[in-house]
Amino acid sequence: MGLESALGEGFITTRVDDLVGWARANSTWPMPMGLACCAIEMMAFAGPRYDASRFGSEVMRFSPRQSDLLIVAGWCSYKMSHAVRRIWDQMPDPKWCIAMGACASTGGMHRCYGVVQGIDNFLPVDAYISGCPPRPDALLNALMTIQEKVKTEHSVLLDA
Amino acid sequence: MLETYLPVVLLAAISLTIALIFMTLSRVMGPYRPNKVKLTPYESGMDPIGEAKERYSISYYLVAMEFIVFDLEVMFLYPWVVRYLDLGFATFAAVIVFITVLFLGLLYTLKKGTLDFGSQTKVKPLWD
Repeated sequence: MGLESALGEGFITTRVDDLVGWARANSTWPMPMGLACCAIEMMAFAGPRYDASRFGSEVMRFSPRQSDLLIVAGWCSYKMSHAVRRIWDQMPDPKWCIAMGACASTGGMHRCYGVVQGIDNFLPVDAYISGCPPRPDALLNALMTIQEKVKTEHSVLLDA
Repeated sequence: MLETYLPVVLLAAISLTIALIFMTLSRVMGPYRPNKVKLTPYESGMDPIGEAKERYSISYYLVAMEFIVFDLEVMFLYPWVVRYLDLGFATFAAVIVFITVLFLGLLYTLKKGTLDFGSQTKVKPLWD
């Protein structure tokens, strides 16, 4: 590695990491999984007032093939959890997940037999949002949290 | 003469190059981890039911064909309506003949039962 010795150990790897992280963080296309009233706030998040396109996330993809970020908005029943899990499985790597609202995060006020008590029972969640329902600002905050996470990921090592 | 098309060729070449660069980058930089679940067809998370290539009633085809015929009839009538007073009686007679022929065709298809949905599955013969 002549280039590595000239530029210093790990230079190229870290630069490529930064580049890929920057590109991925600013083009996280969401897969909206609107299960309940939180989905209304999610629509506002994509709309012109809160304007998710400032973060490169305005392109709601209703197909898991083209999306990077699963936003589970609302309470998830046990019957629905299989569908959500399959959609998560069908999304191509790399992918991230937001549990939006109290119900998606913990089951919320639906303390009953039919509702999964938090989607982290069957999904790896990257960001939780509190609130019932949370404001679109909170969703933007979660998106920015995920962007920070994506930017600091070691993509070259992870995706090798 | 041909050099006037140089910008078009340049545009095509540049867009092709950029598309190839991005496709290669995403293939090289992005992870590709296919598995059985990921490669299943997307049916909103449900199990796929039936075949993708469904057979459906031939009536739809006939209705579409008739729609095209009468759509074109209207297309021919519009210019005639615009110049209706200048064109005189001969054109009026020609248009009437045109409409009559198409109307007879409509009567024929109605008699054949092409617009009867559901009551029978196949096109019936004109005279039994």
